[in-house]
Amino acid sequence: MDSVLELARWQFGIVTVYHFLFVPLTVGLTMLVAVLETIWLRTKNPEWLRLTKFFAKLFLINFALGVVTGIVQEFQFGMTWSDYSRFVGDVFGAPLAIEALLAFFLESTFLGLWIFGWDKLPRALHNACMWIVHLGTLASSWFILAANSWMQHPVGYRFNEITGRAELTDFWAVMFNKVQLGTFPHVILAAYLTSAAFMIGILGWLYLRRPGENNAERPMYRRGMVLAAWIMVFSGAGVAVSGDIQGKIMTEVQPMKMAAAEALWETSESCAPFSILTIGTRDGKHEKWALEVPCVLSFLGTGTFDGKVEGIYDLQEKYRETYGSTPGETYYSPGDYTPNIPVTYWTFRWMMGLGVAGTLVGLAVLWLTRRGRTPTGLVARFLPALAISAPVMVLLGNSMGWIFTEMGRQPWVVFGVLTTAQGVSPGVEPWEVWMSLIGFTLLYAVLAVIEVGLLMKYVKKGPDPFVEPPSPTLRGSESDADEPMNFAY
Amino acid sequence: MELTTVWFCLIAVLWIGYFVLEGFDFGVGMLLPVLARDDRERRVMINTIGPVWDGNEVWLLTAIGATFAAFPEWYATLISGFYVPVFLILIALIVRGVAFEYRHQRPSATWAGWWDRAVIFGSYVPAFLWGVAFANIVRGVPIDADFEFTGTALSLLNPYGLLGGLVTMSLFVIHGALFIALKTDGEIRGRARALALRLGVAAVVLAVVFMFWTQALTGNLASAVLFVVAALALAGGLGAAYVGREGVAFTGTFIAIGLVVAGLFVGLFPDVMPSTTDFANSLTTTNAAASPYTLKLMTIVAAVFAPIVVGYQAWTYWIFRKRISIHNIPAGH
Repeated sequence: MDSVLELARWQFGIVTVYHFLFVPLTVGLTMLVAVLETIWLRTKNPEWLRLTKFFAKLFLINFALGVVTGIVQEFQFGMTWSDYSRFVGDVFGAPLAIEALLAFFLESTFLGLWIFGWDKLPRALHNACMWIVHLGTLASSWFILAANSWMQHPVGYRFNEITGRAELTDFWAVMFNKVQLGTFPHVILAAYLTSAAFMIGILGWLYLRRPGENNAERPMYRRGMVLAAWIMVFSGAGVAVSGDIQGKIMTEVQPMKMAAAEALWETSESCAPFSILTIGTRDGKHEKWALEVPCVLSFLGTGTFDGKVEGIYDLQEKYRETYGSTPGETYYSPGDYTPNIPVTYWTFRWMMGLGVAGTLVGLAVLWLTRRGRTPTGLVARFLPALAISAPVMVLLGNSMGWIFTEMGRQPWVVFGVLTTAQGVSPGVEPWEVWMSLIGFTLLYAVLAVIEVGLLMKYVKKGPDPFVEPPSPTLRGSESDADEPMNFAY
Repeated sequence: MELTTVWFCLIAVLWIGYFVLEGFDFGVGMLLPVLARDDRERRVMINTIGPVWDGNEVWLLTAIGATFAAFPEWYATLISGFYVPVFLILIALIVRGVAFEYRHQRPSATWAGWWDRAVIFGSYVPAFLWGVAFANIVRGVPIDADFEFTGTALSLLNPYGLLGGLVTMSLFVIHGALFIALKTDGEIRGRARALALRLGVAAVVLAVVFMFWTQALTGNLASAVLFVVAALALAGGLGAAYVGREGVAFTGTFIAIGLVVAGLFVGLFPDVMPSTTDFANSLTTTNAAASPYTLKLMTIVAAVFAPIVVGYQAWTYWIFRKRISIHNIPAGH
C-alpha cells in the first residue's frame, strides 16, 4: 500500500463507513424520541416520558459521534479527492451546500433547543423541536443521497470541453434521479429499522435480563418493545420492497453492479438463479459448490422469472466498446471494468441476510408477546441475547449495503464519466494520507470504545424515575433565577 | 453585480458568521483552565455555550459546502493544499465536540479532566490554525499552472501566517472572556471581565500590527476603512468592559472580529487564492467559479433560506438569554 489512490480509498472507506454507523441511528432515533414524547403528551402516562428521556440520552451519546465524524465528510472530498472535487463541484457541491444550509442548521439549532429547553419552552413546542430535528435529518439524507445517486447514475449535467468539468444543467433531474427515488426510501426505512432494532435490543434485554425476578418496570419495557417491534416489521418490509425497486433500477443503469452482486460471469438468457452461498476460488471466478434458488436473480433484476441477466464477461466487452480501454490507469488494469467480485458478492448477501434476520427479531418479539403473553422458560432465557443481536445485525447490514453499492460502482467514482483513479488529489503525498488514515482510525476506535462504554452504563441503569418536568411559558419567569437547570452539560 | 461576486461576498459572510460565533466558543474553551476555579465553574462556562456551539459550527460547514458548490477549484486547491492543518483542525473539532457531550456523563474527576483537556486542545488548535490559514490565503501560496498547491505544511508557518494565528487566537480569547462576562453571574463574571481587560492590550497590539501588514500586502481604501473601524470597535469594546458595560463590550469584539475578516476578504478580491509562484496561476472568482446555472440556483436557495436560518438562530439566543451561575448547575449525576 504505497499509492495515494489505494490509501485514499481505504481512508475514505473507513471514515465513511464509521460515520454511517451513527447516521441511521440519528435519523431513526430522532423520529422515535419525537414519537415517544408525542405519546407522552397525549396519554400523560409517565412511562412514556421516562422512555423519551432514556432514549434521548442514548441518542445524544450516539449523535455526538455522528456530528463530529460528519464534519470530516465535508472536508474529505477536498483533502484526498481534489480532482474529483474539481470535476464534480458544480453538480455535487450544490446539494452539499444546500444540505448544510437547510438541514444542518435546522438539526443543530433545534436539537440545542430540545436538549436545554425542557424548562424554557412550552411542552408542545418542545416536542415540535424534536420533530423539526427529524425533518432536518430527512432533508439532510435527501440531499446527500441525491449527490450519491448522481455518482451512480449521472443525470442533469453536461461535460464542458473547455473547462474539463461536469456542469449542472438541470437541478430537478439531479434531485429526482430515478436512482435517488429508490435509494431514499431504502436508506430512510433502513434507518427506522435500525433505531427500532436499537430500541428492541435495549428494552428486550432490560425486560428479561433477570427472568425469575419480579420487576415493576416490566410493563413499561414491554410497551416500548412492542412499539419498536411494529416499527421494525413495517420498516423492514419497506426496506425489502424499496430494495427490490432499487435492484431493478440498478440492473438498468448499472448492469455490471447487478452481475457483480451475483458473480454472474456468463450471461443468463432466462431464469437466472440466485445463490445463497458459494464456495469458490478467491477471485470469485470459479465456483466449487453453490446453494442456489432458481430464477430469483432474474426476478430481482428484471421483475420476471424468465428475464435475461447479462453476465460480467459480456458487460466487460460492452463497457470496453463504450468507454475505451484506459479507464483506471493506476489501480485497475487498462480496460478492466469489473468491480471486486468477492466483495460485491458477499456484501450483497450479508446486507440482505442481516436485514432480514434483524427484522425477524421484531416479528419474533410480536409473536412471543402476543395477547399479553410473557415469554417463559428457555425462550425467556434467550430473548435478551436475541434482542441485543438485532441492532448489531441491522447496523452491520447497513454497512454491507454501502460497501456493496460503492464497491460495485468501481472502477468508476462517477459512473461512466470519471474513474476513482482520476479523482484522487494529485498534490497530496502518501505520508499525508497515511497520517490521516492512521489518525482518524485510531481516534475513531478510541471514541467507539468510550461510546459503547457509556451506552452500556446507561442501559444497565435503565430509565430514570419519573420527574414532572416544568411547564414553562415562552415569557419565562425571574423567580426561578437560582434554580438548577433542568439539563446541563 | 456578477453572481461570482455575490458568492464571494456570501462566502465571506459565512466565514464572518463562523468567526464571530464560534470565536467565542473557542475563547470559552481556551479559558476553561484559566477562569474556572472548580468543576462547577467549569460547567458554568461550558453551559454558556452548551445550546449554541453546534449551531455555530454549522457556519463552518456551510462556508465549506458553499465554497465546494460555488468555487470548486478553490475548495479543491485549498483543502488538498492545506492538508495537514485541515487534518489537525478536524481532529481538534472532533475531540472538542465529543467532550461537550461526554464530559458530564460520568461522575469521575479524572474523566472530566480528560475531556477538559480535549476542550482546551480542541479550542486552541483551530483558533490558531484558522488564523494561519487565512493569513496564508491572503499572502498567497505557491500554486502551479494546474492550480495545485506546491508548498509544504511548514511553509505556511511564515511570520505573517504565525502572526495571523496569534491574532485570531488572542481575539477569540478576549471575545470568549467577554462572552463569559455577559452570560454568567457570580465571581466568574468579574474574573472574566478583568482578564479581558488584562489581555486586551496585547490583542489590540497584535491585531493592529496584523492589519497594517495586511494593508501593506493587499490593502485598498475599503479594507483600510474596515480595519480602522475594527480597531475602534475593539478599543471601544475594551473601554466598555472597563466601565462594566458587558453587552456593549461583547458587541465591540463581535464587530471587530467580523470587520477584520471582512477586511481580509476585501483585500483578497477578486482573487480567492493568489499564487506566489506566478501571479497568472492565481485562483480568482472567475477561474475558480462554478457554472452560471449552479450559481443562480444557489443564489435563490441562499436568498430564501439564509434569513430563516439567521432568524431561528437569533431566537435560540433569545431563549437562552439568561445568565448562568453556579447555582444553576445541577449537582451530581
